[in-house]
Amino acid sequence: MTTPTRAPAPAPADAPATGRAPGGALRRTALYATLVALALVFLLPLLWMVITSLKTYTGAQQIPPTWLPDPISGYGYEQILNNSANPVLRWFANSMLAATAHALLVVATASMAAYALARMRFRGRGVLFALIVGTLFIPPTSLIIPNFLIVDELNWIDTLSVVIVPGAASAFGVFFLRQFFLSLPRELEEAAVLDGANQWQIFWKVVLPLSRPALATLVVLSFLTNWNDFLWPIFVLFSPETLTLPPGLGLLQGSYVTDYPVIMAGAVLASVPVLILFVLAQRHIIQGVSRSGLKG
Amino acid sequence: MADVIEAGAARADAPPPAADAPRGGARAGRAGRATPYLFLAPYLLLFGVFGLLPILLGLWLSVHQWDFQLPNRPFVGLDNYKELFSSDSAVYGDWWQSVRATAIFTVFAVPLLVVVPLGLALLLNRSFPGRTFFRAIYFAPYVLGVAVIGLLWRFLLDANLGLVNRIAGMVGLPADTPWVTAVPWAWVSLVGVTVWWTSGFNAVIYLAGLQDIPQELYEAAKVDGASAWERFRHVTLPGLRPVLLFVITTTVLASANVFGQSFLITQGAPGTETRTVVWFIVEEGLRDNDAGRAAAMSIVFALMLAVVSIANFRLFRYRED
Repeated sequence: MTTPTRAPAPAPADAPATGRAPGGALRRTALYATLVALALVFLLPLLWMVITSLKTYTGAQQIPPTWLPDPISGYGYEQILNNSANPVLRWFANSMLAATAHALLVVATASMAAYALARMRFRGRGVLFALIVGTLFIPPTSLIIPNFLIVDELNWIDTLSVVIVPGAASAFGVFFLRQFFLSLPRELEEAAVLDGANQWQIFWKVVLPLSRPALATLVVLSFLTNWNDFLWPIFVLFSPETLTLPPGLGLLQGSYVTDYPVIMAGAVLASVPVLILFVLAQRHIIQGVSRSGLKG
Repeated sequence: MADVIEAGAARADAPPPAADAPRGGARAGRAGRATPYLFLAPYLLLFGVFGLLPILLGLWLSVHQWDFQLPNRPFVGLDNYKELFSSDSAVYGDWWQSVRATAIFTVFAVPLLVVVPLGLALLLNRSFPGRTFFRAIYFAPYVLGVAVIGLLWRFLLDANLGLVNRIAGMVGLPADTPWVTAVPWAWVSLVGVTVWWTSGFNAVIYLAGLQDIPQELYEAAKVDGASAWERFRHVTLPGLRPVLLFVITTTVLASANVFGQSFLITQGAPGTETRTVVWFIVEEGLRDNDAGRAAAMSIVFALMLAVVSIANFRLFRYRED
């Protein structure tokens, strides 16, 4: 099957946005042909990553490239797993730790703040909320230099704190959870108040359990973002032991130049956790994306 | 990336002071005055140090000569800014080349990232078995990071070993295109990869928007004898206007912040032609140690983006009237 790897064709011009099934076997066939061709465009590069990671060095150097690894080889994975100069497993563990800690920090701090902003009255609430939302308009990349000086001052450069903490000041998280909390029925809280619960108990025992879908969405999105972050870590991490996977992959490319099975094995290793997470939480991720964009 | 425009939606529902504390007296006893601030404290600590402080520090840096190696950081007023606009300064050429590179990328990427995902969304909005499955496949590349995407496409686009030229050869196209080392191919590569990578994201946002368009409008249009194209033109597009505004604005901002693709795939080549603004700023600030100048660049850059976003909002609002 040959498919151009770029520029997926736009949908047929006669595709109306109605939810109607297209009539006729011919149209149905055309629809599936389009869908499958596009699926190949989106998946073939990822398959190629896996295929190449299973080739030998010479197998990946053949011109023209061969479609299947022959023989199937663990060479790429062996190289990255037993490698003291580029401790890929260590980077994997660092990424896992950083992304998990980051996601938990985001959800803990944002949910408490969002609860106060959604359900309590206090002086300065409006101003504070406007300030938080206002920072959403500032491109984060434009704050990189001052943020670098701040973490430098904290002596966090080249430690994992630097990829866990600074990005956790999530204005998006606060906004997203506040909107969700506002949609929860008040009756349950009022019942809890009558039972003598204090604010913390209401938050912990009533609001959070009711908010599991929103909390899960935020955890997953924060994890993905942190796991994939590249720009910030390449400037603040540099020792082989403290790197996370994205800057590590760059280093791997530098050391192996054109040894593609090794580089692709590293890329597969960096992709597997997020692809698994995506498959498991697909509904949450896609809903989170569409809801965060629109319904707010 | 999606973070930016949430704020747009935010204004739509400015916090109604709501029916807080219906029984004020009974409640006040349980929620002390300090309670809200205690709930806010952990977040505000982070937000203050890594959200507000960098803004103020950035402004301060931009009017000082701030070199990591210098003991003094003298106040220089607007000199850092003037340098960016005077053609005889050392930084002028490189700075504007990076602006040009970013503009080229944005101008070509945004229309594709607005139209291609719309096509995908229209396709996926029909009802057929397997819809969720295809939606997931088209979205999948987006969950991978730019480091993976960059390494993967650097390989796929390799002139000799790469799959792209191999397939091009199989369908009778030139099989030796220098995708990552020469223009215009480097631009085609950067834009193409980004479309492949992020189309699924915009498609999902369109899908949510399409589902909000009342079905009756389509049926009424059909009764009136509107063709498929007319229904798209007069029902779908107007119904998607707020979504389009969101998609265009976030896509412009994301595209203008492009870094990883050119850093990893073309590595700036040829020469520094594909080196982008974000890349140049961090290089200037962190590699060449001139944080003051880099801060001034960041602020000029942020203002440029603000102008584009405001223009975008205005354009859409006028059309609506």
